[in-house]
Amino acid sequence: MAKYSVVGKRIPRIDALSKVTGTAVYSGDITLPGMLHGKVHRSPHAHAIIRRLDVTKAQALEGVMAVITASDVPGYKIRSPLLLAEMPHLAQDKVVYAAQPVAVVAATSVEIAEKAVGLIEVEYEELPPVLDVLESMKPETPPIYPNLYTNFIARPPSDKDSKPSNIAYHISINRGDLEAGFREADLILENTFRTQTVHHGYLEPFAAVASVDIGGKVTIWTQSQGVFIARQMIAEFLGLLPNRVNLVPVEIGGAFGGKSYLPLAPLCALLAMKTGRPVRMEMSRDEVLRDGRPAPGSVTTIKMGVTKKGYITAASASFIYDAGAFPEMSHTMFVRGNTFSQYKIPNIKIEAFDVLTNTVPVTFYRAPSTPQSHFAIESQMDLVSRALGMDPLQLRIQNTTAEGDITPSGEILPRVGFKETLERMAEYLKQKGSLQGKNRGRGVASGFWHGAAGSWGAYVQVNTDGSVTLVIGVTDVSGSRTSIAQIVAEEFGIPMEAVSLVVGDTDTAPWASPSVGSQTIYSLSHAVYRACQDAKDQLRHMAALRLGVEASEIEFAKGLATVKGDTEKSVSLGSLARYSVSFRGPGPIVGRGSIGGLPPAPSVAVHAVDVEVDKETGKVKVLSYAVAQDVGLAINPLSIEGQIQGAVTQGIGWALMEGYQFDRGKVQNTTLLDYRMPTATDVPMIDTLLVEVGSSTGIYGLRHVGEPPMVATLAAIANAIHSATGVRLKTLPMTPEAILKSIKKQGKS
Amino acid sequence: MKVKINGKEHEIVSGPGTTLVDVLRYELRLTGTKEGCGTGSCGSCTVLVDGRAVNSCLVIVGEVEGKEITTIEGLSRQGTLHPLQQAFISQGAVQCGFCTPGVILTAKAFLDSNPHPTESQIRQAIAGNLCRCTGYDKIVRAIMSVANS
Repeated sequence: MAKYSVVGKRIPRIDALSKVTGTAVYSGDITLPGMLHGKVHRSPHAHAIIRRLDVTKAQALEGVMAVITASDVPGYKIRSPLLLAEMPHLAQDKVVYAAQPVAVVAATSVEIAEKAVGLIEVEYEELPPVLDVLESMKPETPPIYPNLYTNFIARPPSDKDSKPSNIAYHISINRGDLEAGFREADLILENTFRTQTVHHGYLEPFAAVASVDIGGKVTIWTQSQGVFIARQMIAEFLGLLPNRVNLVPVEIGGAFGGKSYLPLAPLCALLAMKTGRPVRMEMSRDEVLRDGRPAPGSVTTIKMGVTKKGYITAASASFIYDAGAFPEMSHTMFVRGNTFSQYKIPNIKIEAFDVLTNTVPVTFYRAPSTPQSHFAIESQMDLVSRALGMDPLQLRIQNTTAEGDITPSGEILPRVGFKETLERMAEYLKQKGSLQGKNRGRGVASGFWHGAAGSWGAYVQVNTDGSVTLVIGVTDVSGSRTSIAQIVAEEFGIPMEAVSLVVGDTDTAPWASPSVGSQTIYSLSHAVYRACQDAKDQLRHMAALRLGVEASEIEFAKGLATVKGDTEKSVSLGSLARYSVSFRGPGPIVGRGSIGGLPPAPSVAVHAVDVEVDKETGKVKVLSYAVAQDVGLAINPLSIEGQIQGAVTQGIGWALMEGYQFDRGKVQNTTLLDYRMPTATDVPMIDTLLVEVGSSTGIYGLRHVGEPPMVATLAAIANAIHSATGVRLKTLPMTPEAILKSIKKQGKS
Repeated sequence: MKVKINGKEHEIVSGPGTTLVDVLRYELRLTGTKEGCGTGSCGSCTVLVDGRAVNSCLVIVGEVEGKEITTIEGLSRQGTLHPLQQAFISQGAVQCGFCTPGVILTAKAFLDSNPHPTESQIRQAIAGNLCRCTGYDKIVRAIMSVANS
């Protein structure tokens, strides 16, 4: 990367100093004078009608300042209008999952608030809960919502079924001639794969602090992946205009998609409005696991036909996601763009469903829907390679799509380094040599992520000391502040230390879409780049006048505006900025940039994992792990490696140990001892092979980075376990117990 | 009740049954200590008590009367970062930062008693500290780099 001086460098995070010294401020760290404490009363039942709700005893408790139920909500009684459907923050007549919020209390201490929560009286009439997706889909199953009809995504709304249904969303894709495709096949395999409900496992529980000023303006400090959308949602909930609500950025202690939703902030703000005092609310870990929107479990059936030579002729698949009790987040909409996009399949049929059950509603988790779908697809590809006796990477290289190919959703693929990334992994494994040892096995899998873009703004100002201030509204969940500051340094030819990056609140910063879909650095960089060019044009004109040359002859390096080819002729940025604000100057040098409507730059990540399985206990040891990923251009390899290593570790947890345990819809494992996530002893060092096939749409060729490395993990590990033991696990998690059972079953057959 | 925290004597007004993490965070406003689970399963609230790493959510303040507590705020001296803090920054071992104070303090207590550990000993030592962002790779490397220097 000799082309750039700051971009492409392993630069430590600019927020790291505050984090290693404990001075970084997270939502729950904020205390305001006279602050009250809020707590939530939750439903004990998975499905019940509320017959009576009485808060008088709670209200009468000394120290209780407010109790709020659904009827007290001034504005929307529903959640975000930006979601696909709108569900209540507080249950009104009916509860549809265990732990659903019913009422909320503000009191002078946490202890009093908790006591008051216990004094709220609710009489429920229990209803039979719907707990299984396959059962829930059946037409004879009573619908959880009597007025909910299936939404057919990408089809006209008039297509709604005539009958209410627990299928919230449905997509259907047909391309080519499926039956003809299967007739051409020499081998047809059909399998069903199941994944469990899992949690993002961010370490920071939800928290919010809200206060209201004398003029009625509401200020909120809370961890949110998108403060502008959060502001809009909270304002509507409170019955206020968005400009009467200000969200202040705070550090976010892990998110992974799970902090796009706001369980506390609207309620906290309403309590502050009702009491006229600041209020803090914090969730316990138990509440996070019971009501913290996990990722959906899934049931996927795939039928695939291939020729003897290993060319895919046809595939059909049904993807069913357990949406939980709210039809607000669709996972099937991501099935469209992400499944089977990396393979040439001439004849294809896809059906996908989001199905309601009386369990905790789900939300998006790092490449939503896609680790689940790829667990099925990439396990199936592995079974095909075994049946044909083909090298699994070769099978994938041979079927891989290329630029210009059309995906199942009808999109024309831009350039993606599918082949380069698969070949890079093949080369790496060749160098590494084959795996030796008893009960050991290697698995490979490939994962595709389409990505998202969004709308973003940026302001820059060149300061009188030659430094540059950037103002953005981004939530940093991936090191985005550091990478974005690198772009500013690169563009102005100044060192990192001369960039001041300010994340403003929603009153001062330009709009930022939520930090989701691996879109942040990819899209925001466009707005920042444009803001830099705007300011640089102004600098160029001033420098050209000063140096007596054309503006087009000016370039920027080492804090100077220099005449191209004549380093003797230069003027410092500080000098130009000082002149700009002087008596005769043209006014401050302020640059502005915006971006919207950017097409995504899809990415691929190929995984290889070596495992050893203890045949006595069924325990899997991950011996080594490597990921080759097309990152477009590695803007900060240190940061990208960390993203890949973190994603893989989350995937290892998902594959081997994590999972919600429900009893009649109620989550049973609500501590981090019972919901076990990988520790440092469960994972090896994770090798990262950064492939740089520049995208045509990203600044410097950037692509999406954070989510792609999660996608293939589940299948890669299942494939490695198959290599080690000869047994195929089609259900997650692959716990020692499950593996042992499969090994014993195989021994008998 | 008196407790010495980061070298300074503090008179504690919370009751002796209050958890140490609550005293640190809410009475003394030392919010660098984080609470991730409240059941001693995640290690985010780790502090040093007489040099040993403990989960401050599992300790009541009455138990540490007269003892010496070090929190993340007390690790750097006169503006100079502890080598672990420096290594966590330069090796990219910090992402969201919520687990970071606890991991650094666990690592400090461990290296103080075992200055030249193997990779596997380091992994064992920090197994009580969950990190969901980094996959531990760069954390382990940061601790190794301090041990080797």
